[in-house]
Amino acid sequence: MSTAQVMSTEPQNGFVRGLRKLASAREASILLALAIVVLIATLRNSNFLFSPDGYRDLWLTPSLLLLVAVGQAVVLITRNVDLSVGSVLGLSAYLTGRLFIDMPGLPVIVVMLIAVVFGALLGFVNGALVAFARVPALVITLGTMYAYRGINVLWTGSDRINASDMPKEFLGLGTAQIFTIPVLTIISVVVLIAVAWWLRNTRAGRENYAIGSDPAAAELYGLPVTRRVLTAFVLSGALAGFAGVLYAARYGTINSQAGFGWELDAVGAAVIGGVAIFGGVGTVWGAAIGAFLLMTINRALPVVGVPDFWQRAVVGVLIIGAIVLDRVLSLRQHRKLIEEREVAQ
Amino acid sequence: MKRSQTHAPALELRGVAKAFGQVVALRDGQLTLQPGSIHALVGENGAGKSTVVKIIAGLYRRDAGEIRLNGELVDFTSTAEAKQAGIAVIYQEPTLFPDLSVTENIFMGRQPVGTFGRIDRSRMRSEVESLFSQLGVAMDPDRTADGLSIADQQMIEIAKAVSLDAQVLIMDEPTAALSGVEVERLFAVARSLRDEGRALVFISHRFDEVFDLCDTITVMRDGSYVSTTATADTNPEKIVAEMVGREITELFPKLEAEIGAPLLEVEGLTSPGIFNDISFTVRAGEIVGLAGLVGAGRSEVARAIFGVDGYRTGTVKVDGKRVAPGKPTAAMRAGLALVPEDRRKQGLVLEESVARNTAAAILDSISKLGLITTGAENRAARPWSEQLEVKANAMTTLVGTLSGGNQQKVVLAKWLATNPKVLIIDEPTRGIDVGTKSEVHRLLSTLAQQGMGVLMISSELPEVLGMADRVVVMREGRITATIDREQATQENVMHAATHGANEETEHAA
Amino acid sequence: MSAVATQTSSLRPIAEYDRPLWQRLFATREMAIIGLLVVVVIVATAIVPNFGSKITLTYLLMDMFPVLIMALPMTAIIVTGEIDLSVASVVGFASVLTGVLTQAGVPFGLTIILAIAAGLIAGFINGILVTAVGLPSLAVTIGTLALYRGLAIGLLGTTAVTDFPQFWTDLAKAKLGSSGIPASVLIFVVLAVVFILMLHFTKFGRGIYSIGLSPEAARFSGVNVERTKLVLFVLSGAVAALAGVYYTLRYGSARGDNATGMEMQVIAAVLLGGVSIFGGRGALHGVIAGVLLIGVLGSALRLANVGADVINIITGVLLILAVISSSVFAAVREKAGGRKRRLAGMPAAKPENS
Repeated sequence: MSTAQVMSTEPQNGFVRGLRKLASAREASILLALAIVVLIATLRNSNFLFSPDGYRDLWLTPSLLLLVAVGQAVVLITRNVDLSVGSVLGLSAYLTGRLFIDMPGLPVIVVMLIAVVFGALLGFVNGALVAFARVPALVITLGTMYAYRGINVLWTGSDRINASDMPKEFLGLGTAQIFTIPVLTIISVVVLIAVAWWLRNTRAGRENYAIGSDPAAAELYGLPVTRRVLTAFVLSGALAGFAGVLYAARYGTINSQAGFGWELDAVGAAVIGGVAIFGGVGTVWGAAIGAFLLMTINRALPVVGVPDFWQRAVVGVLIIGAIVLDRVLSLRQHRKLIEEREVAQ
Repeated sequence: MKRSQTHAPALELRGVAKAFGQVVALRDGQLTLQPGSIHALVGENGAGKSTVVKIIAGLYRRDAGEIRLNGELVDFTSTAEAKQAGIAVIYQEPTLFPDLSVTENIFMGRQPVGTFGRIDRSRMRSEVESLFSQLGVAMDPDRTADGLSIADQQMIEIAKAVSLDAQVLIMDEPTAALSGVEVERLFAVARSLRDEGRALVFISHRFDEVFDLCDTITVMRDGSYVSTTATADTNPEKIVAEMVGREITELFPKLEAEIGAPLLEVEGLTSPGIFNDISFTVRAGEIVGLAGLVGAGRSEVARAIFGVDGYRTGTVKVDGKRVAPGKPTAAMRAGLALVPEDRRKQGLVLEESVARNTAAAILDSISKLGLITTGAENRAARPWSEQLEVKANAMTTLVGTLSGGNQQKVVLAKWLATNPKVLIIDEPTRGIDVGTKSEVHRLLSTLAQQGMGVLMISSELPEVLGMADRVVVMREGRITATIDREQATQENVMHAATHGANEETEHAA
Repeated sequence: MSAVATQTSSLRPIAEYDRPLWQRLFATREMAIIGLLVVVVIVATAIVPNFGSKITLTYLLMDMFPVLIMALPMTAIIVTGEIDLSVASVVGFASVLTGVLTQAGVPFGLTIILAIAAGLIAGFINGILVTAVGLPSLAVTIGTLALYRGLAIGLLGTTAVTDFPQFWTDLAKAKLGSSGIPASVLIFVVLAVVFILMLHFTKFGRGIYSIGLSPEAARFSGVNVERTKLVLFVLSGAVAALAGVYYTLRYGSARGDNATGMEMQVIAAVLLGGVSIFGGRGALHGVIAGVLLIGVLGSALRLANVGADVINIITGVLLILAVISSSVFAAVREKAGGRKRRLAGMPAAKPENS
C-alpha cells in the first residue's frame, strides 16, 4: 500500500496540544475562578472559610445544585434543555416529606428510591414528548415546569412540612460528615463521577455528544436518537428527584416553593462550566464546578459587601458572559483551523 | 477482509424505478458492479445518478426493480441496514460531527468496548492509526472534525467505510472540491481499495478523471440506463454523445443580439482564500459564461457581486456607478439580479406560495402607503407566472410542490419582475427536465437580445459553449482564461478549468 | 412588462387561489382557536355563576392587558424562529424602575418615558447578542431573564414601593363610560393595529415570515435579517416595559418579583394562537384569541373557586397540547400525502443533482 503524498493537515501536534489545553482550560479556569472567589471572600471575612458553618456551607450548598446541574448538562449536550427541574425537585421534596408523614414505617432508603423513580417518571414525560412528538424541549419543559409546579402547589395547599415531621436519621444525613466533608456532598460527588464515567466511556454516553453535535447526521448514522434523548430526560428528572430528597434532608422545611428557579441556576452552572447550549460540547465536571462557582459567588457577595439580592443579577451576568466567551473562542478556533489548513495547502 | 466467493457481481441493479409524486426521477436504473473494479456512473444533471445512489444507500425506497448484493436480493429500508450490508457512500459533502474528534467520528456507535461496556480508547486509537497508515493519510486522530478540509473529511469517510469492511463504496462527485494533489491522493486510495477486491462506483462530470481512474463506464440519461462500456473501448466524445443523445448544437437556440455598452464591470475583486483578482465585463446584449469546475469559486464571486457576501478589495460597477459591497438591496437598486445556485434553499421560500415568492423582490413597487395585501401580490405576480408558463394550480400553490423546472421559472420570474439590467444566473438548468431546459435557454437568449446583460455560471460545458458569447474560466479562485465564442471548445475550456493560467489569458475588456 | 417571447403565444392563465374563499378564511388554526374561545365563553357563561357579568369582563381585560400587548411582538419574534424569555423580567425591571424613580420624586410622565427607554435598551441588548454576536436567542434570553430580574430585585431588595400619584393609578384602572371595558384596551387596540399592519401587510412583515421559513432565501431576496431581528427584540423590550408601568399602576405596587413567570403565559398564548415554534407560520388574530382564551379560562376557574395553581397546571398543559397538536397535524398530513416531506426538503424530497 503506497503511502501517498499527504497534502493537508499533518499532525499539528503543537496545535492539538493547544486544543487539548483549550478543552480542559475551561474546567481548569473556572476552578481557578472558584479558588479566587473563596480567597477574596475569606480575606474579607475569615469566617467564610474557617468557621465550622462557613466551611460546611462551602461544600453543602452547591451539592444539591450540582446534582441538578449534572442532569441539565446531559440534556444540554443532546441539544435540548430541561426547564422543569426546579418543579421536579420541589415535587420530589414534598413527596419525600409526605411519605415520611403518611407512611411512617418506610425505611429511609425506600423513600429515597421512590422519590428518585418519581423524578425519573416526570422526566420520562418530558422525554417522551420531546422525542416522539418532535417538539422543541424548550416549549415542552416550559409547560411541564408550570404544570408540575401547579401540581405541587395544589398538593401542598397551605401546608408545609417541618423538620419535626421527618425521621432523625434522615435529617442526620443533612448534617453528617465524613472527614469534615458533608455526606450529602460525598453522595453528590459519587453520582457526578458515575455520570461522568458513563458520558465519557460508554457508547451511549458518546452518542449523546454526537446527537447534540449534528442531530441530522446522527439520524443518518442510525444512532438510536429517540432512546438517547429519552434517557437524557429521564436522567435529568431522576437527578432532580434525588436532589429533592437531599433537599428535604438538608433543609427539613419544605413548602410549595422548594426548588423554585433552580432550573435557571442549573442551566447557568452548566453553561458557565463549558456546556454549550447547542449541544455536543462540555462535561459534567464543568457543570459541577460551575455549580460550585455559582453558589459560592452567591455566598461571597454579602461578605464582600454586595447585598445578596443581587445574586440573580450575578447569575445573569455570568451566563451571558460565559456564552459570549464561548462564542468568541469558538469563532476564533474555527478561523484558526481554516487558516492552518490553507497554509498547509 | 472478505472477498466475493461467488462469481456474482458485487452489486446489481435491474429495472429500478423511483418517482416523487409526479416527477419521475428514475425510470429504469441498471448497474452491474464487479468486485475489484472502479465503475464510473456518468450522466447529465437530472439523469438519475443521484437517485440511484440514494436508493442503494438505503435513503430512498425504490418503487420497482431488483437489487442484488453478491447475487442475493436485498431491500434496504434504512441507511443503517445498507451500511451493515457493506455499502458505503461518500457524499460530496460528508456529514461529520464537528464537535467530536476524528477517531470518534469514525467509530461512533461502534466503538470497541471492553468490560462494563467501557470504551477501549487505546484500541480505538491504534485502529485509527493503522487505518490512516493503510490509506496513507497523516491526520491527528484526536483533533476535532471541525475545520477539516473536504478532502480530509472524505478520507475520514473512507476510513469509516474501510473499518466497516465495506465491499461497495460509492463516491458521489468526490473531486468537486479537491485540489489536484488531493485528487491524486484520493485516486491512490481508490486504486488500493480496488486492488483489495472491493467494488467502487465513481460519479463524476470530469472525463479526464473518469478515463484516468475507472475501468468501466455506465451512462444514464433522463432517468434511464443507456449503456455500459469498458473504458478502454470508448472515448469522451462517444460518452458525451450517449449522455446527451443528440447533437449539441441543436439544443441551444442562440439568437443574435447586438452587443452594447458595458453594464457590469467587475475589477480586481478579491476575497482572501476564496477568489482573487477577478475582473471581467458584461455588456448589454451579451451572455458571458463563467465556467470552471465545482469549487472554482464562481458562485462565491456571484454572491459577492450581488452583496450576499462581502469582499475585501475590488470594485463592482453597474452602468458606470459603483455598487456598495455587502448589501443585496444596493445591488438590486443598481439593477442587478441573482438567480442563486441552490434553488430550494437560496432562491425560494419553499413553504410560501408562487405569488409570494414571485413578488418578493418587488414589494416596494406593489405597496400603497407602505401596505401590501395578498391580493396585490397575486395580481402583480400572475402576469409573470403566465408569461414564463409556470405550471402550477394557482398563485397560492406552495412553491415546494412544483417540479424543479417550474421552481426555476418562479425564481426567474421573481428576478425578471425587478427589470434588472444585468441578470446573474448560477446553474440555470441544474436538476431540470429537458423541456424546461430549452425554455430557459431560449428565455436567456431573448433577454440578451432585448439588451440585458447576462452572466451565466454553469458547470455544463455544452450549455456554456452553446449559450455564451464569451467564456470566462475560473480555477481555484482565479480567472485562468477568457475565450471568445468562436474559439471556445470543450478542450480549451476544460484545459483552463483544470490547469493554471497560461500566458495567452486576456482579461476581458 | 417586457414581452418575453415564447414559442406558443397563448398565455396559460393561472388561477389566483387554490382553495375557495370560505376554506381560506375558516379552515385555519386561527379559526380553530377563535372557535374554541367562543365555545369556552359560552360554556363558562352558562356554568359558572357571575361569569357573564360586566365586572368579570373588566377584570379579565385588566388582568390580561400586559400579556395581550407583550404577545404582539413575541409573535413576530417567534415567527422569525427566535424567542424572548426575558419579557417578564423586563416587566419586573420596568416596574421597579418606576417605583424607584417615583420615590426619587421624578415626575411620573418622565418616569414612564424612562421606563420604556430602559425596556428599549434591554431589548437592544438581547438583539445585539443574537444578531451581532450570533448567539442563540434561547441562551441569551435565559441569561437576560436572570440578569434583568436580578437587577430588579437588586434595586428594591425585599421592599416595595406603593406610593404612586393618584391620577395615574386611577387612569390605569379607568373604564370607558359604563361599558365596563377598561380604557387600557384602547392602548391595546392601537398597538394591535400597528402590529397587525406591520406583520401582515408590510414588506417588513413579509421579511419576518421569510426569515422564519428560510433565512438564506430571505437574505438572497434582500431582506436584512439581522436588522429585522434587532428591531423586533427592541420592540419586545419596549412593550414589556410599558406592560411593567401598567402593572405597577394597576396593582399600585412596584416589587422586584412582579410578573415573575409571565413569559410563560405570553409564550403559551402565542403558541396556542397557532404560531409555530419553528417559525414562519402564524397570525395575530389567532394569538389575540389565544390570550383571551387563557384569560377566560383563568377567570372562569377563579370564579368557580378553583385555585391559582390549577390554572397554572391548565396553562402548562394547554401549552404542551398546543405544540403537540401541530406535530400531530403534520404527522397526519404526512401519512395522507407525503407533501410535507417534499416541502421540508428532507431525503424524500425531489432529487436535485443526478
